[in-house]
Formats: sequence, structure tokens, C-alpha cells
Amino acid sequence: MTDGQTLRVEVTAIAEVTPLIKHFTLRAVDRAPLPAFSGGSHVVVVMRGANRVYRNPYSLLSPPSDRSAYQIAVRRMEASRGGSEFMHTQLHVGSHLEIAHPVNLFPLDKIARKHVLIAGGIGITPFLAQLEDLHEGAIPYELHYAVRSAEHAAFHERLRTREAGRVRFYHDSKAQAIDYDALLSAQPLGTHVYVCGPAGMISRVIDTARRWGWPDSHVHWEKFSAPPVGEAFEVFLARAKIGVNVLPDQSLLEAIEAAGVEVPYLCRGGVCGFCQTRVLELDGELLHHDHYLSDADKSRGKSIMPCVSRAKCQSLVLDL
Amino acid sequence: MSAVFKADETFRDDFSFRNSVAAIRRFPLPFPADEYMYSVNLEPHLPGPAGSITEFALDIDEHYVSECRERAIVLAAEPQRFQALPHMLSAQWDCLELIMESLARDYPQHFSLTRNGNHWHWTNRPLELEQSFTFGDVATLPQPPLEYITRQAQGDWVVMDQRDGDLWTEAGMVTTPADWSLDFDLGMTFKEWHGPVPLAHEMNVFDRALKYLLNLRLGRPVRRLNWTMTVNPRLDTAPEMYPFWGPDRTMVNANNAGDLVHLRVELQGLWRLPRSNGVVFSIRTYFISLRELATVPKWARRVHRVMQNLHPALVDYKGMSRYRDAVVAWLAPYDDGSPTTPGTAPE
Repeated sequence: MTDGQTLRVEVTAIAEVTPLIKHFTLRAVDRAPLPAFSGGSHVVVVMRGANRVYRNPYSLLSPPSDRSAYQIAVRRMEASRGGSEFMHTQLHVGSHLEIAHPVNLFPLDKIARKHVLIAGGIGITPFLAQLEDLHEGAIPYELHYAVRSAEHAAFHERLRTREAGRVRFYHDSKAQAIDYDALLSAQPLGTHVYVCGPAGMISRVIDTARRWGWPDSHVHWEKFSAPPVGEAFEVFLARAKIGVNVLPDQSLLEAIEAAGVEVPYLCRGGVCGFCQTRVLELDGELLHHDHYLSDADKSRGKSIMPCVSRAKCQSLVLDL
Repeated sequence: MSAVFKADETFRDDFSFRNSVAAIRRFPLPFPADEYMYSVNLEPHLPGPAGSITEFALDIDEHYVSECRERAIVLAAEPQRFQALPHMLSAQWDCLELIMESLARDYPQHFSLTRNGNHWHWTNRPLELEQSFTFGDVATLPQPPLEYITRQAQGDWVVMDQRDGDLWTEAGMVTTPADWSLDFDLGMTFKEWHGPVPLAHEMNVFDRALKYLLNLRLGRPVRRLNWTMTVNPRLDTAPEMYPFWGPDRTMVNANNAGDLVHLRVELQGLWRLPRSNGVVFSIRTYFISLRELATVPKWARRVHRVMQNLHPALVDYKGMSRYRDAVVAWLAPYDDGSPTTPGTAPE
């Protein structure tokens, strides 16, 4: 999004689903129907804080057929840069927000013969919308949902009753763990596996699937990286001819936007590749945090994803 | 275009298709300069000036009723011109919604859509159709959703599923193709589908176009123009019908080219579909005979120059090898060598 065409929404309900997760219901300010979407989509929420603007991606978890409202769930991050903190403390029923149109970077495969969904913690959210589609269909599916303990299992009751027989819960507190080998070694041909959760869980699933000979095209994952906090650094934008200071708790993309320069973006989480920017000069080191560039591209140092990546450098010049 | 529909034009047999003066003035000339080569000429599908072909999301013009009748004639003989793989059903409904919403919003004098939850009522006054149906329930429509609505829409429609980092051609209504076959291409990836296009692969046009389209956003459609030439205003130049139209190419000479040869321009629109996450590709065809074209002096000069210098591989791919020289000869008297103004507007 670069042209400011956003949807204006109002917070119409807030629920605390676990001690760390709040669930928000959003309706169009003018009460017009919101765009339909597909399960697995996210929206970028624009939060106008006192001193700065945050834009964070959140998965839509409401039924895709329900155009009257969108629902998102936000986990309060311990090392919040301010976005999830803002959502948890500054919003109340009646607050207005801007959101971008839904984008789906984590869709279900339409010709899969079976779906295996693996969620860790807040990673359950994209699956909640997908389950609405799967529930009506004829394609078999199963959900494996790992959480710290029962009190952290967001949407536990809804899943337990609605998806009885197709959902299995794993509680860290009871030393229950997903047996990835057992799960991925005995699936029928044509099965697709989807994982959303902590980085360790995602790499376990990818590694285990590879080991058991799954084609990469049948393994799907979504991991939005929150832009990590780091050291301040300076960047020069060659075309705009301005220098920008990136604060420790600010992403490079946010700093560039705050300076009035627009960069096209979709996910703001290092996934989609949309904000890829050319590095013209570098004296120092790029700190890549994205999931888009290949390892070779990262070490080449000619491109950076400003939504999540930073630099530790004397000077950095970008083609912006 | 506040169209008065020409109800009895034909695109076969006696070829009675003609453009009104107003239709000529709004014709989408695809040549912004006096020479032509492929490019990734995608741009946002934003509303254009009043009366232009891009004023609205979908363009309905004076040929609407006749083109819908032509589509029905083709389908009666060749039902496989509409096809949809089973997993494309939600994308079919997405397309029906897109077309009905657009037409009812932009042409309220011709189309209406009322919705009460999933209970929809559609009115098409030019074709005298009324239909109540339940959105999402195929049993409540006389045909599959994409077939039903594209029988009432100008242009061809191709629906692509997005998976595995590619776009797969897996549904469509194609009765007005410029020498390509949905039946042959169904199930292909984006680059397989575009396999026959010369030069563009080497220019990485399709790598870049695919990357762009994989990130196509909801509510942000894009468009481009493409073009070829066709002898007679024949909409159905499918390869399956080649014996009926291929020989026409041998009839063209420098005397009759002005009436026989038509510049064929496709306004191609691409939309992200909301529920299916697919992409729909509309190919809206416009014809103009060289004689009609020559009523605009700038266009005659420009098309003469483009045709004279066209890359031989494109002349061949566009099927013009036999009659390109006749086209150039027919247009030559209209080109006095004076410069053309920038852009494609008539003058």
C-alpha cells in the first residue's frame, strides 16, 4: 500500500481470550460491508500513536463469508516496540482505526487431498478463518494446536466443540509435544501441511517434512516477524536525497515513511518481498531478518527488506 | 458510453459490424508511439475520462447486445468454450459478484442487483433477463455461475488459481479468442499458457508480469492493452475454427484492405478475487476497420508507421505475414510524413 487507500473501521468489541491475547471486532465506520476475503488473509492495521505511526499485520480470524465485521487477535509482545502495546492499552470500544485491504500470503491449496494444520500459540489465528471454509467442504483435515498451558489456549472451547475429532491440543505445561515424525511420515499422497507459530516450530515442520520426502510445494508456513529492536543507525536515501535516522525501536521502513518517503509494502513482516529495496552503498553489515531473500542474496548484500531488517554500519545508501 | 445498442450486428457470415463515429473516437489505440515492441505495460485500472473505455471497471458499448448473441451462437455449437475445473467454484462466484456489482453500479439504467443476505435478484434490461438466486448455491442458476454471467458480458474471461508460486489457467469463457484455445490451455501455468509468444520470454516479460500479478491486491485491479489484426470483424478466431477463417487471409489486397482488415485491440483487465484468492483476467475486444481508423489522420499515420517497421517475429506471430504489405500499401496515402502528437488521443 502506498496510496493511502485504507478502510476506516471502528472497534465494536474487545474480549480478553487469554492473559496475553485480546480479540478485537472491527466494523466499517459507515457500516458498509467490508471486502470478502479468503482464509489465511491478514490486514495491516495502521495505529496512530502519540508520536509515531505503527503498521502491524494481523491475520483475519472471522468467517470469510461474514462481511459485516472483521475479527483479529493480538498477542501482547514482551518486547513490544509499541504496536501490540498500543492495541492492548490504547484501544477501546468506539476507537477508530485504518486497515488495508486483506492480502492472503497463506492460502489453503485448492487441489490438496487433505490438509494438516499445525498451530503454535497465537499462530492459530489464520487457521480459524480457514476452518470456516474447510468445515463446509468434503476435503479431510486435522488441526494440531500447541500452547503453553490450558489458560493460554485461545479459542480452546470453540475449537473443542466445533472441531471435535479433528483437533488435538498439546500443552507444554503437561509436557505434551507434537510428534512431528509420526505426524508427517504417515499422510496420504496429496496432503498439504501448513504451520503457523514460533520460528522453532516452523523449522521443525519444514525439516521433518523434507526428511520424509515431502515436496516443498506441499509445505506451507507463515511467520510474520515483528521488526526486531536494535541499535540506532543512519541511512541515506539516494533519490530523495535525505538522511534518515532509524531509532532502536523503529523499523527501517517506519523511519523512511516518517521521513515522508513511500515504499510499496504488503505484509510488513518479511514475507512477501514487496518492499525489497536496492542497497547502493554499504560500509558495515546488513542485519537481515526477513524470510524472503535467499541466503545467497543476503550474503551478497545488494538488497534489503526494510520492513524487518536493519543495519550495523558506518553508512548505508538505499535506492529510494 | 451511454450506449444505444445496435441490436442486429453480426460477426460472421455477412459481417454487418460497424462502429459509430462516437465509437471510433473512443477506440483504444494501442500505439503510444510510431513503433511497437513488447513491454510489461501494466497500469492501475483506475477510472478514465467520462465516455472513455476505462471510465468504468467494465465497458459496455453499442455492440453489447450483438456480442452477447454472438457468444450464444458459439456456445450452442461448441459448449467447451466454457470450462471450469471443480476447485474453481468459489472463483466462479467471485467473478459473478464482480461483474454484477460493476454493471449495476456503473450502468443502473441497464442493470440492477438487489441483495438480501445471500438472496440476490439480478435484472438485465438490454437482454430482458430476470433472475432470483442464492449466492453460493449453483442449483439456483440455469448455468454454472461464471457461464451464467459471462453470457451477459462482453469479452472473454479467464480465471486463474494461485498456488505454488504460479497462476494456473483453470476456468474460463472464451468465445472471442485471437487464435488461442481455452480447451488446449486449461490447466497450464502462466508461462506455459504464454509459451507461443515470441521474443517476450527472452525479454523476461513473463517473469516480471507473473511476479507482479502474484502480488495483485484486492481492490486494485490493473490493465493493459494488447493487439493484433483480423480479416473481417470476426470475434471467434479460435484455432478450432481455423478452416473457417484462416483462408480469409489470402483475400486481402491493397485495394480491399481498408474494408477487410481490422485492428483488433484487447483491453485486458486483471482483478484479485476475494473469496478464492484467484485472479480473473478479462479480455475485452474492440474492432476498427482500417477505413474507420483512417477517419482519424493521426491514427492512420501512426498505424502505417508501426506496420511498416514491425518486428518480423511479431508479424508472423500475429498471423499477418500474408497481408501486412497490403495493409501498409493501403495506409500509405494517409501518411504524409508529418509528425504525430504524443499519446493515443485522436488529435
